[in-house]
Amino acid sequence: MTVNRLHVDWTACDGRGLCAELLPELLVEDDWGYPVSRTGETEPAVPRQLQSAARQAVDRCPALALRLVQR
Amino acid sequence: MTTVEAPVGVGRRLLAGPTTGRLDTHLGLHGRPPTLDAHQLVEALRAAGLTGRGGAGFPTYRKVEAVLRAGRTPVVVANGAEGEPASSKDRALLAYQPHLVLDGLQLAARAIGARTAHIYVGAQAAEDIEAALSARGVGLDPVPVTVTVAPEAFVAGEASAVVAAVSGRPALPTDKRMRIAESGVGGAPTLVQNVETLAHLALIARHGPGWFRSAGTADEPGTFLATVSGAVHAPGVVEAGYGVRLGDLIDAAGGPTTQLRAVLIGGYHGGWVPARPGLEVSREGLAPFGASPGAGIVFALPVGSCGLAETARIAGYLAGQSAGQCGPCVNGLPRLATTLGDLAQRRARPGLTAEVERLAALVSGRGACRHPDGTVRMIRSAMQTFEADVTAHLAGQCLEAGVRA
Repeated sequence: MTVNRLHVDWTACDGRGLCAELLPELLVEDDWGYPVSRTGETEPAVPRQLQSAARQAVDRCPALALRLVQR
Repeated sequence: MTTVEAPVGVGRRLLAGPTTGRLDTHLGLHGRPPTLDAHQLVEALRAAGLTGRGGAGFPTYRKVEAVLRAGRTPVVVANGAEGEPASSKDRALLAYQPHLVLDGLQLAARAIGARTAHIYVGAQAAEDIEAALSARGVGLDPVPVTVTVAPEAFVAGEASAVVAAVSGRPALPTDKRMRIAESGVGGAPTLVQNVETLAHLALIARHGPGWFRSAGTADEPGTFLATVSGAVHAPGVVEAGYGVRLGDLIDAAGGPTTQLRAVLIGGYHGGWVPARPGLEVSREGLAPFGASPGAGIVFALPVGSCGLAETARIAGYLAGQSAGQCGPCVNGLPRLATTLGDLAQRRARPGLTAEVERLAALVSGRGACRHPDGTVRMIRSAMQTFEADVTAHLAGQCLEAGVRA
């Protein structure tokens, strides 16, 4: 079964940190301000209750580096 | 660049016969390649158990299947970029047996219905390939082949960088939201294969999967090209079956010049293993050390050389080879390299080794390509294989200091 996952395009991400602010349940900032998955997954799964927050984080990423993918 | 004799009992295949690169000698030795359809190609590759020789070791038939599943006219790319400083096997193959590589490229391209094929190699090899192509003509090369020169950079051979380069863009890795098998060169499903993999295919098509499996092990069949360097008498390219003893590979390169301290296997993204002659060079044999044969690199470190200093040097090189695109790699690899440098230089402080592991975990899986992951693999294997050296360095000592090679 496929689930919604957060995908970071690392070539586009410039570490503004907005996603970690909007999705503190899934993301934290690393030493340099780039998002790190709390679970350690490369593409963290988005639980149902965080779907709308995840969409907001995707829409607001100033670098257009964050996406929701189905895997 | 030299090739040396293969270990006893392992016949040469890719490097069999004269190594002039001439078409007439090639056809005299191997004959014209047969033609396979898509089904025959997949079945031959599956039965042979051929895996990619560029480092990752992925089953070749599965990549072909993924490209076929996309259901559109695909593109095939032969990748001989070989940005790895300790590797010269692709250059040797392209100089000595360019026609095996070009046969394999055509076999794959025709079987999957590609109308364009690319070969992506360094500047020197590009000249050899252009000469080989002009000798062949449309009879042997019905699918037109374009040659693209690869820049000399470590990550230029990464599959998405390869696709970018043959598409006329800078040879930099790109984001993997879409798989290359579905959308690569010009948006077409793209099969990127290492040049050695294609050369094996050219022989499998002629002699069959059973012949291919008569070398190597049941789980890891066939031969591979190894580049043996470091403290050996005759550094060069050797062909051997998977499962070959490490000592036999090193002996095939003239033998060790002195007692060996450790061996780096698989390249700068590979792993450090103890210099045990009986160690089997295969995925299975090297797994306990977090290593694999990778692209066949074997670098022998002599006694008197500190493994931690060598590891810090390689980490520094790899940090400098970041494509500069992804934050965790741009920032994390230099930090890892300087932290390892502190360990190598015996600038001990509390939590130094824990910091190495924290940074290693932090950069893993966080980039467009696997450059951070490969760097971490090499570093973690060093922390395991040179565990006694780590303890000594934290106490301000070096085990190799004053040891004569």
